Amino acid sequence: MSINGAAYIVGAFEHPTRKAEGQSVAQLHAEVAFGALQDAGLTKDDVDGFFCTGAAPGLGPLNMADYMGLTKLRHVDSTDMGGCSYVMHVGHAAQAIKEGRCNIALITLAGRPRAEGMATGTVPRSWAPNIPDDPFEIPMARTVVTSYANVASRHMYEYGTTSEQLAWIKVAASQHAQHNPHAMLPKVVTVEDVLNSPMVADPLHRLDCCVISDGGGALIVARPEIAKSLKRPLVKVLGCAEATKNQAAGYLDLTYSAARQSGAAAFEEARVTPKDIQYASIYDSFTITVLMQIEDLGFAEKGKGGAFVADGNLISGVGKLPFNTDGGGLCNNHPANRGGMTKVIEAVRQLRGEAHPKVQVPGCRLALANGIGGLLGHRHGSATLIMERE
Amino acid sequence: MATQAANRAIPAPKEDPTTKPFWDAAREGRFLIGLCKDTGKHFWYPRGCSPFTLSNNVELVEAKGTGTIYSFTVMRSKEPHAPAYVELDEGPRIFTNIVDCDLDALKIGQKVKLVFKPTEEGGAPVPMFTPA
Repeated sequence: MSINGAAYIVGAFEHPTRKAEGQSVAQLHAEVAFGALQDAGLTKDDVDGFFCTGAAPGLGPLNMADYMGLTKLRHVDSTDMGGCSYVMHVGHAAQAIKEGRCNIALITLAGRPRAEGMATGTVPRSWAPNIPDDPFEIPMARTVVTSYANVASRHMYEYGTTSEQLAWIKVAASQHAQHNPHAMLPKVVTVEDVLNSPMVADPLHRLDCCVISDGGGALIVARPEIAKSLKRPLVKVLGCAEATKNQAAGYLDLTYSAARQSGAAAFEEARVTPKDIQYASIYDSFTITVLMQIEDLGFAEKGKGGAFVADGNLISGVGKLPFNTDGGGLCNNHPANRGGMTKVIEAVRQLRGEAHPKVQVPGCRLALANGIGGLLGHRHGSATLIMERE
Repeated sequence: MATQAANRAIPAPKEDPTTKPFWDAAREGRFLIGLCKDTGKHFWYPRGCSPFTLSNNVELVEAKGTGTIYSFTVMRSKEPHAPAYVELDEGPRIFTNIVDCDLDALKIGQKVKLVFKPTEEGGAPVPMFTPA
């Protein structure tokens, strides 16, 4: 069953905070939900489907639904695949709408790792009790950055990818971030700035890594009749797919990601190809994360992503594939250490023509958002969403 | 440039009923890996099912403790260390650390050999590797 055309994104809101010293996580959820509903021209009592993840406080959707006074729910989904969950939730919401299980779905994300002083990427930690791989990996200092760095190291070995090429990804993000008043790092940087920043975990420098920020975002997904009755520009869901990739019992191959599978399936459902995409939100926990997805989604041949991203090819108005025009996780924000939500939000802005004028892709009708959740070098998920301005 | 691997404090692995034999052997200096008896293939990490067939027809067998570096990073913290994937001669690639060496001299494809490293609070030692 295809979800092509089954639902529209009718509301989107990104929390402006980057350090939430005055709000709890629950309050942030409420603020982003309210913002997205206002954006759509709806109220909380219109919501009959609710989507969140394990990052939301409480047992699945129960505590947040209670907190926000969502009393009309007839469909809930708290499927958690890390940072890409919110990209995936758009697809799940479209499925639920197509099956008649809900009409208006609310998806929320919020968190405050920065205010809480969390060492997000550099401290080994278990994410839950009884995880069978933890005893074999936590003593080995498996952290977010060491996992992704191992992928980068192998990519360089196999394909000759360079630190300069990876740096271009950060340079492009910073070119966009300078126009975003909310961006944590609005300063334009050069390839040299990236290479001269301290090495965190070879070959990833500090400026190859995303920011740690508070905040969040929310999306409203609705059935076509409702979308057409609202006043916002129409952003149609054309395709959405998810995939996972793991260590394959020790026979893992670090040269590709699950975006290979999720991307192929989403493009098939959307009945478009990578060359049709005018704007792409690409999950940028690290520069290497972007490079892998660009290859695996089919924007560049495997091994040639380095050459593809170099020389400003990701900069809006300059290159062939404008990406992360809000500054992305590398420069703008990475709320709750989960960047999938803001990836969808910026793609919606582009399709509505509401991105910053300096980075708006003229006549943007077809956009993609891709998320990676978990640890790219260990076990991760990918979700790909393709949207069209109608 | 040379960066000597730090002798960092390693958190003890949390043992569970399924993998207790692995950790018991580690305490005796023996390095075990999983073997699927349905397919004859080795696997990592040890578990109570075959990741190839899902049956519980598995056992732990002693590995040679030799391999090559498949990928690695050097964590440039106060205690530099090198989380890496090592491809065992038996086949599986395992997430481990390269220890007791100059971390700036490491290369993918380099041959390495097993060294057990003690863990905090009297935990079982964990399998790490050093240049052969």
